[in-house]
Amino acid sequence: MSNVELRSITKRFGVVTALDGVSFSIQHGEFFVLLGPTGAGKTTTLRVIAGLERQDEGSVLFDGQPVDHLAPADRDVAFVFQQYSLYPSMTVYENLAFPLRSPLRRVPEPVIRKRVQETAEKLHIAHLLQRRTANLSGGEMQRVAIGRALVREPRIFLMDEPLSNLDAKLREALRVELQHLQKTQQSTTLFVTHDQIEALTMADRIAVLDRGRIIQIGTPEEIYDRPATTFVAQLVGTPRINLMNATREDATLYIVGSTIHLPLPPEAAWSSLPPSFLVGVRPEDVRVHCEGQFEGEVVLTEPLGVETILHIRSGEQKLLSIVPGISGLCIGEGVRFDISKERLHFFRDDGTRIVFS
Amino acid sequence: MATIELRQVEKKFGDLHAVKPMDLTIYDGEFVVLLGPSGCGKTTTLRMIAGLETVTGGQILLNGRDVTWEHPSRRDIAFVFQLFALYPHMSVWQNIAFPLQAQGVPRQAVRERVAEVARILEIEHLLRQRPRGLSMGDQQRVALARALVRRPAAFLMDEPLGALDAELRERMRGEIKRLHIEQHATTIYVTHDQVEAMAMGDRVVVMSDAVVQQVGTPAEVYYDPANLFVARFIGSPGMNLVPCRYLGGAIEVSGSGRVPLPQGWDTALQRALGASCDVILGFRPEAAHVTSEGPLDATVYASEMEGGYAMIHLTLGGEGGPIVHIRAGRDSRYPIGTSLRIALDPGMIRFFDPRTERAIPREVGR
Repeated sequence: MSNVELRSITKRFGVVTALDGVSFSIQHGEFFVLLGPTGAGKTTTLRVIAGLERQDEGSVLFDGQPVDHLAPADRDVAFVFQQYSLYPSMTVYENLAFPLRSPLRRVPEPVIRKRVQETAEKLHIAHLLQRRTANLSGGEMQRVAIGRALVREPRIFLMDEPLSNLDAKLREALRVELQHLQKTQQSTTLFVTHDQIEALTMADRIAVLDRGRIIQIGTPEEIYDRPATTFVAQLVGTPRINLMNATREDATLYIVGSTIHLPLPPEAAWSSLPPSFLVGVRPEDVRVHCEGQFEGEVVLTEPLGVETILHIRSGEQKLLSIVPGISGLCIGEGVRFDISKERLHFFRDDGTRIVFS
Repeated sequence: MATIELRQVEKKFGDLHAVKPMDLTIYDGEFVVLLGPSGCGKTTTLRMIAGLETVTGGQILLNGRDVTWEHPSRRDIAFVFQLFALYPHMSVWQNIAFPLQAQGVPRQAVRERVAEVARILEIEHLLRQRPRGLSMGDQQRVALARALVRRPAAFLMDEPLGALDAELRERMRGEIKRLHIEQHATTIYVTHDQVEAMAMGDRVVVMSDAVVQQVGTPAEVYYDPANLFVARFIGSPGMNLVPCRYLGGAIEVSGSGRVPLPQGWDTALQRALGASCDVILGFRPEAAHVTSEGPLDATVYASEMEGGYAMIHLTLGGEGGPIVHIRAGRDSRYPIGTSLRIALDPGMIRFFDPRTERAIPREVGR
C-alpha cells in the first residue's frame, strides 16, 4: 500500500487553477521529487498534503485512508522549508529537541537526548549542539533544519527547495548527504525543486509538473531517455537538448535547413510519422570525430573543464555537442560529427512524444 | 581599444582589506573573468577600475594612461549592472538611444547605431515596446544593447546574468560571448559561478579573501590549480583532495591502499616535502575509474545519475574516511555500501603541500 496518495487534487485560488487534477502515489521508503518551473504548483501540492491548504476537489490518502478531515498537526508530516525557520535564541540542541518536547508526544528526556545526538551525528553537526543557531553558516542552519525534521521519524518528509538558498558547493555536498541518509534510513520523502540536476540525482521517481498538471511520472532514466513532451525534454539535461524541425521521405529523415539525414528506426510504424515533426538529440549524442558523416563549423566553444560544449552550425541548423575535457577546437574551425540514431527523440508539432509501437 | 593595467591596486575599508595589493594586465580584446565567492573582493576590484570606488593604493592604467584619479565618465568604460536598470517610461529604442543622446551624438548616427546593435542582439521587433512587458532575457538584451551602443573602450560586467533562471543564463552566456567574439571589446566580467567563468573567459582570475589566488586560462585553472582553494572551487564537484603519506616511490591513503608514483613525481615530492611525508593527493572526478585491479579500496557512499553520466561518491578507507567523487558511465550505479577498487589516471594526478596549501610543481612535463 502506498504511503501517501493524491487522487485528482484540484485547487483554485480565485480564478486561478493552481492544481488541476493532480494524482500520484508515493511508496514507503521512496524518494519522490516534484520537478517544475516557478508557479507550476509544487509548493501548493506540498501544502495540500500537509493540510495547510484545503483542496477544492480530490482526496489525500495515507496508507489508503483519506486524511482530508485531519488538521495539519495530526497528519504526522515533517516540513523542511527553503528558509531555515529555526529558533534563533535556542541552541542547536534545543532546536533539534523541540519537536520531541511537544506535549502530544511525551518523549522521555533520555530518549530525546539519544535521538538528538544520533541525528546530529548523521548530519555532521554534533560539534555544534551547544551553539546558538543565529551564529551558524547557511549550510549549518539548513542541516539543523533538516535534523529537526529527521529527529521525529514522521510518516513523510516534505521538503520545499531546501537547498536552493545555499551556494553551489554546499548544495552539491548536502545533496549527496541527503541521498545517503534517505537511502540508509528508508525514510519516505517528497522533495520539491525547480532544479533538474537535483531531481535527476536524488529521485527514485520524478513527477514533472507544469501549470498545475502532471506531465510525466517516471524514474530519472525514463524522464531523461523518454521525455513525454518537448517541455520535459528541455527541462531536464544540461546543456539543453537540440530540438530540430524534420521531414521524412520514405525511411529517411531530413533535418530542415541542413544536410543532416538519418535512416528512420526500423520499426514498421515509422510510416505513421506525420510529414513534418520535431527531432530531439541530446548534446552527448552529437559525437564529434574526424570520420563523422556530417559537416559543420564551430561557432562557439564553452570549456567547462570536465567537458566542453561546442556550438556547431551545420547549414542553417545550430547544434550543441559535448566533447570530453577542454577542447582544442577553435571558433570557425570545421568539424565532422555523427548523430546516434538509436537515441533520437521524435515529437509531434504539438510537443507530444511519438512512440513507435 | 583598451589595455587595462592594475599595479599594486588595493582597497581598504577602515581596517578591513577588501582587496590586497594586486597586479593584473588585461590585454586589448581580451575577455577576463573575476571569479570568487561573495566577499572575495571581485566586485570592489571592478568598481575601482570603473572609478566608482577610489583606490587606497596603487595605480590603474588605461592604454598606458594613468586614470587612477579620473572621473568614471572620462574613462570610456561601460558598466553593465546585475539589475536591468532600464527606464520603465521609455521605449526600448529610447532606452538604447539615451546614452548616445546624452553625449550629443547627431540624430542620424543615433538611429543607425541603435539599429545596428538591435540587429546584433536580435531585438529589432521590440524597439517600440516598453521594458516592463518584456521577458527577463529580452530586458537583459536591452541592457546589453544600451551598453554596447556607446562603443566604449572596455566593458565591465557585474554578474549580469545573476537574476536569470538557469536555462536563460546558459543561453545568454553564449550570446554575450558570441558578441564579444564579433566586437572584440576588452571585457572584465565578474561572477561567483565557476561554470560561467570557465565557459566565457579567455582568462580567469580566481579570488578569495581579498587575494588573487591564480590567473590562468580555463585549462590552467582546471588542470593545474595553484592551490587547494582553486582546486576545490573550480569544477562541479571540485577536485578530489585526499590526505595521504609519501613513502618514497609511492603514496599511501590510510586504510585504502598504496598508489605507485609516476615518474617525475617522486623527485618532485622529495624535493618539496623535505623531511615531512604528509601530502595531499588531488585528482578530478574523471581521472579515476572503477577496476578490480585498482590500488585503492573504496566503499560506495551514494551514486547519482546526472543525465548523460553517473557520479559515484565513495569513501576511501572505511567509514569516516575521505569522500571522493568519480565520474562514470550511466550504467555504473552501485548500491550504497558496495566495496570497489579504483585506479587513478597517472597523468591527471596532482599534489599539494598541506602546510602551504600550494600545488607542488612536477619535475617533468605531462
